Amino acid sequence: MEYLSLFIKSIFVDNMIFAYFLGMCSYLAVSKNVKTAVGLGAAVTFVLLVTVPINYLLENYVLAPNAIVEGVDLSFLSFILFIAVIAGIVQIVEMVVEKFSPSLYASLGIFLPLIAVNCAIMGASLFMQQRHFDGIGEATTYALGSGIGWLIAIVALAAIREKLSYSNVPAPLRGLGITFITVGLMAMAFMCFSGLTI
Amino acid sequence: MELFSKKNKEAFITPLWSNNPVAVQVLGICSALAVTSKLEPALVMGLSVTIIVAFANVVISLLRNTIPNRIRIIVQLVVVAALVTIVSQVLKAFAYDVSVQLSVYVGLIITNCILMGRLEAFAMTNKPWDSFLDGLGSGLGYALILVVVGFFRELLGSGTLLNFQIIPQCLYDCGYMNNGLMVLPPMALIIVACFIWFQRSKNPDLQEKSN
Repeated sequence: MEYLSLFIKSIFVDNMIFAYFLGMCSYLAVSKNVKTAVGLGAAVTFVLLVTVPINYLLENYVLAPNAIVEGVDLSFLSFILFIAVIAGIVQIVEMVVEKFSPSLYASLGIFLPLIAVNCAIMGASLFMQQRHFDGIGEATTYALGSGIGWLIAIVALAAIREKLSYSNVPAPLRGLGITFITVGLMAMAFMCFSGLTI
Repeated sequence: MELFSKKNKEAFITPLWSNNPVAVQVLGICSALAVTSKLEPALVMGLSVTIIVAFANVVISLLRNTIPNRIRIIVQLVVVAALVTIVSQVLKAFAYDVSVQLSVYVGLIITNCILMGRLEAFAMTNKPWDSFLDGLGSGLGYALILVVVGFFRELLGSGTLLNFQIIPQCLYDCGYMNNGLMVLPPMALIIVACFIWFQRSKNPDLQEKSN
């Protein structure tokens, strides 16, 4: 039950995009049509699901005070280690997907390298560090929930932008401006989930 | 070599307005929106990013001939992560309250696209001094947006600036109320949209053709 509550909360209440603005750059750049949006969303969810548990283990069994050597606190190294893990995992995932599923690689291919510098991935690891989850199960649930939340957000925006291309927007607001306003209104709509508990 | 040649001046000045990293290049939006509910964290964040971009640019520019092309992204990430770690430790030591308010967003400077963008596009092919100016310009362009957004959100949302009361008490007595929505995440997006609207109606050549 706790897992379910954490899962629902990380999708709707603590949504990566609408509550924390994580992964905004690729969110705005790749949300022009629904199909590519689904591809990127799936790739982000997948990479989150792999990197957050690994960083959780590193955080608790390598970086925590007294973890390796008595009296040594390595937690100041967390930024460097997390980003190295993320960059490495993305590289490995890319190679594995290319080897075993060329069709998936063809659809995700271009997005995978982009993901290494997606704030949502790094942000989830940093939030995991800040919130002190107990157990790898919670960390994994959190990763899955945030990934799905991100996927929902980008697919919804892509669908709106596909429709938006038929409307007559004032010239200075075209493109970026109207997208920002759309996302702002969507974030307001998502605020109605705040306080949701199961 | 001139210290401020024409090209250097351009590299420094264009990111401030006509080629602004946030409003025109659409880079580094995440942190620009998240830390601006008050002016003070916005200022600190802008300053930190400016320092990190400038010095990361110098370091990468010094190393540019020795970095193997295939692993350059990882080298850049490590350099940036080291600088961010230093900044984050300094903030924790000397400005603890602000570092708590910025929470994870200091760590997220590592994945700020402005950094990777400048390192890839400029520092890999230019001399250290040019790269330093370029980094400084981009960082200040980013800081400019943060300060503008932070200014409006704090003024309208809390009636204060840098925690000093700006809106006089007598206005509150007459029934004026702070706009609580300003402090919440959605208004950050809408204020940036207004900034873009303003900027693009002044510079029509920045306008996009389609939605």
